[in-house]
Amino acid sequence: MQNHVLDYLDATVNRVPDKLAFADEEVQYTFRELDTIIKNTASCLAEKGYYKEPVIVFMKKSPRTIATFFSIIDAGCFYVPIDEEMPAARINLILENCRPRVLICDEAMREAAEKLTFTGEILNFEDIKEHSQDLEKLAEIRDKAIDTDPLYIVFTSGSTGVPKGVCACHRSVLDYIEQLSEVLSFNEDTVFGNQTPLYFDACLKELYPTLKFGATTYLIPHKYFMFPVKLVEYMNEKKINTICWVVSALTMISAFKTFDTVTPKYLHTVAFGSEVFPIKQFKMWREVLPEAKFFNLYGPTEGTGMCCYYPVTREFALDEAIPIGRPFKNTEILLLNEKDEPAVDGEEGEICIRGTSVTLGYYNNWEKTKECYVQNPLNKAYPEIIYRTGDIGRKNQYGELMFVSRKDYQIKHMGHRIELGEIEANVNLLPGIKLSGCVYDDVNQKIVLYFVGDMEAAELTKTLRDKLPRYMLPNKIKKLESMPFTANGKINRKLLKQWVLEGK
Amino acid sequence: MDELLEILRDLHPDVDFEHCDDLVDGGILDSFDIVTLITEINDTFDVAISANEIVPENFNSAEALYELIVSKMDAED
Repeated sequence: MQNHVLDYLDATVNRVPDKLAFADEEVQYTFRELDTIIKNTASCLAEKGYYKEPVIVFMKKSPRTIATFFSIIDAGCFYVPIDEEMPAARINLILENCRPRVLICDEAMREAAEKLTFTGEILNFEDIKEHSQDLEKLAEIRDKAIDTDPLYIVFTSGSTGVPKGVCACHRSVLDYIEQLSEVLSFNEDTVFGNQTPLYFDACLKELYPTLKFGATTYLIPHKYFMFPVKLVEYMNEKKINTICWVVSALTMISAFKTFDTVTPKYLHTVAFGSEVFPIKQFKMWREVLPEAKFFNLYGPTEGTGMCCYYPVTREFALDEAIPIGRPFKNTEILLLNEKDEPAVDGEEGEICIRGTSVTLGYYNNWEKTKECYVQNPLNKAYPEIIYRTGDIGRKNQYGELMFVSRKDYQIKHMGHRIELGEIEANVNLLPGIKLSGCVYDDVNQKIVLYFVGDMEAAELTKTLRDKLPRYMLPNKIKKLESMPFTANGKINRKLLKQWVLEGK
Repeated sequence: MDELLEILRDLHPDVDFEHCDDLVDGGILDSFDIVTLITEINDTFDVAISANEIVPENFNSAEALYELIVSKMDAED
């Protein structure tokens, strides 16, 4: 029985050692080269005595970063990838939470790494990848590894302003990769074109199947996502046949009529998720790729990657929504109504995930973990954890799961999961700010912030850049003389949202 | 041109759009910006910027962008 994700690589490197594994415009690794770097780097970490602990990865998106992830796992540790563009203030919150003793960076991020409030060891990838191998030590580590050991922590937006670190183990990743690969029919001829950042769990879909099948992943240069024609040309050049992108990246291409100029010639599998795909845009993709298979994928980070899938096989009207579908095999979705009973006959309920796919919890955050990773209310007999997603769903007339709404103030914006509370928390900390209320304009896809305080909107915009990642920055900031409240003394967010829709 | 400058300033209030000429190459505008920008421009000026016009040369400066808009407005008359 496979109990470690790197077992995939051990098999593949013997089968197709010289095949291209991961590449971008600067760096290309074959499976053999990757394996060598991993063994070198892991040996370095092991020699320094790092074991069963988090290791920060602070590097630009590159095959080097991917190699670093695998090296960390090989050393019996777990990787914590940090967005290279994240403001230092937020990175420091993450460091405070997971208290790492070591950080691995690349040349590009070295200066920024040294400026963090980090007192541990900073290792440079370029140096440690040449370290001598201690295969005996690595074999010892592998021998003792068990599948419930963590392999990564991915940080997600926290409504109180502190990011939450979702910790996943080998077992749930293996379960996900096996099920996903079967549904999407990955194989050794798969050529992935990666769009998603490496610091979210979205990239699991490309990283591990590449190891499993001896497939190839190209990390599409970020700049191409601004220039749709160049993007498609790149995809054709590399013969990319499989993509798993956020909806925003796909609609950007179709909305600008890119297909009038150029079409993806090799694409046969298109998986999308994280947001609703407008049918009008979907039809454009469908038209230009009539033979391709399209899949909607759904799942929070806490469910290890995605937990549900829907192959788009039938026609949809412009005002219909594509279903979330059904859970992957070996995962169950419970729809619990307000009484914590299973929803019946199209009734709405909270989407809860049951099974191996549920991650271990939020690292060093028992309070938040207890809120959402709870005992299955339908099971009174023995401990069984389910994850309450906070998403409301219902089954349609075909028995397919549909997404209805969020329970709270979490939004999806340009494919990113954001707690509006995190934005507010950061604003409220600033001197001179009295109150803030953040709402999302779904129609125009804009984050709108209303605030009461002593500074001007322009100044606030500038200050927030040092606190929040780019994608969390409000698109419109409006200063108010006073904040509207409800009868309960809470900020009247409903009214704020109404103002937004009315254009106030 | 003023309307365009307003749209740009809405995105990045602290950038000197009147003089900057490496908005794309200098990493000042990212992919979110480009998408937002095009949508706003299409709406405000009633044009339809097409995919093959979305190239760095047209977006590196406010001036270049304005020329693109004007040429599209003229073409559609």
